[in-house]
Amino acid sequence: MAPLMTGEAPIAPVAVRPRMETDKLSAMYGRFTAVKNVSVGFAPNQVHALIGPSGCGKSTFLRTLNRMHEMSEGGWITGRVLLDGEDVYASRVSAMQLRKRVGMVFQRPTPFPTMTIFGNVAAGMKVSGRMKGAALHDKVQHALEQAGLWSEVKDRLHQSAMALSGGQQQRLCIARTIAPAPEVVLLDEPTSALDPQGTQRIEELLYQLKRDFTIVIVTHNMQQAARVSDTTSFFYMGTLVETGATRQIFTAPREEKTEAYITGRFG
Amino acid sequence: MNRRVFRRVKSNAMTGVLMACVLAAVLPLLWILGTLVLKGAGSLSLDFFTKMPAPAGETGGGVANAIVGTLLMVGAACLIGIPVGIGAGVFASEYPRNRLSIVSRFVADVLNGTPSIVIGVFAWTWIVAKQKHFSGFAGSAALAILMVPMVMRTTEEIIKLVPHSLREAALALGYQRWRTTLQIVLLTALPGILTGALLAVARVAGETAPLLFTALGSQYMGTNLNQPMASLPLTVYTYATGPYEQWHRYAWAAALVLILLVFVLSLGARLATRRMARLGG
Repeated sequence: MAPLMTGEAPIAPVAVRPRMETDKLSAMYGRFTAVKNVSVGFAPNQVHALIGPSGCGKSTFLRTLNRMHEMSEGGWITGRVLLDGEDVYASRVSAMQLRKRVGMVFQRPTPFPTMTIFGNVAAGMKVSGRMKGAALHDKVQHALEQAGLWSEVKDRLHQSAMALSGGQQQRLCIARTIAPAPEVVLLDEPTSALDPQGTQRIEELLYQLKRDFTIVIVTHNMQQAARVSDTTSFFYMGTLVETGATRQIFTAPREEKTEAYITGRFG
Repeated sequence: MNRRVFRRVKSNAMTGVLMACVLAAVLPLLWILGTLVLKGAGSLSLDFFTKMPAPAGETGGGVANAIVGTLLMVGAACLIGIPVGIGAGVFASEYPRNRLSIVSRFVADVLNGTPSIVIGVFAWTWIVAKQKHFSGFAGSAALAILMVPMVMRTTEEIIKLVPHSLREAALALGYQRWRTTLQIVLLTALPGILTGALLAVARVAGETAPLLFTALGSQYMGTNLNQPMASLPLTVYTYATGPYEQWHRYAWAAALVLILLVFVLSLGARLATRRMARLGG
């Protein structure tokens, strides 16, 4: 099952077993249902984009995948989320362990202000306790290289992360997320707080990162989805309207709603 | 008058009003400091810091026992008041809608507005009257009770300023909740929390009323918190209301020392937190 690296080539959904999938997943805030009955799979080593108008539930859906949704006020779910075929909401699975396998990058860069650049990248590995010294340094360097930040920060690893630019901070957060070597990386509108240059760096980065990770990205920017993703899922009013290869979604959508959205008639 | 000129005049006038307000706020402070230095600095000498009080009517002597007493009592009050206050503040910010949080927030606000002499009476009733003797510890307890609500409320407010996104980022990395609170949220808020704690220290270091009938004051050097104890504010009070000219001069000097003590404390904590914020963990 060699991953398809051609970006826009359509993939055969049956050929690869999804790294992560949801089965009749609904997500609620108290009595309000934000995501309704979504079943979708994410093939390994691909970039999957979730698009849709504001409030369509795409971010909530993303947050169910690493169980961050249950940290929200009144958040609960029904249905299943499977990682390598295993239900991540099973009672024997700890959310902390899950989040080491399913990392997340947020809308705004969130470097820890009390830590150095090195400390930020090491944070996720230190929390599991064991790693120290040279091994830790190697992992940090590797993560920073993967995030395309190493050359910019290698001489100031022990300075505060707050001195970096917004785009650099976001790449630092990506390095922090991928340093513990998760299987899946979730990105929640990772470029919406960045300037065009910072955005471009991140988009290029995603192309590299999918060699090592399965990527799910929420974006409000359709051009971005078209540029970076292999498959696209369109959400509307909490339901999954359509999912498929990105080229098909953007050139020959099956649903009228999808077509209306991607041609800019609403949203 | 042309509109642009009118606007400029209005702007300058308002700036002037605001500057006058700043002056009105700062002038009394400078005046107090100036008076203290003028009237108190002359009596400062090595003896003043190292010698015991001279018997009434004699010249010379110092207030060493009061300086030691203040440091000991305020120190003991910090040991109790700061951890309890920070703990309560962390709880109230972690569980903002918990009933205990709501009640303790309300109680803290009431306590913050309670005259300190009431706290002194409370400490007298529950410690001095029970033990049947005055003690430095009773004074520390009264000061600690004053500190807790101040530290709690500033801690809570400072923690609220830590962006929620930081907490989420830590949780998403696999941090447990307690670790997120301690290592990310509390550490990020630490400079602010320490500043708040320091303001509380500075405030109680100058308290006189709660010490009047708890620590009582003493003519002797004592480091035993179970005995009556001297303190700078009490010394100022006793000397300033006494009949001797030298006592009055010493009251000014003791007040100056008290202010300098608070000043050094704030400066030290400010520098320490700044260095901490720069280095990080």
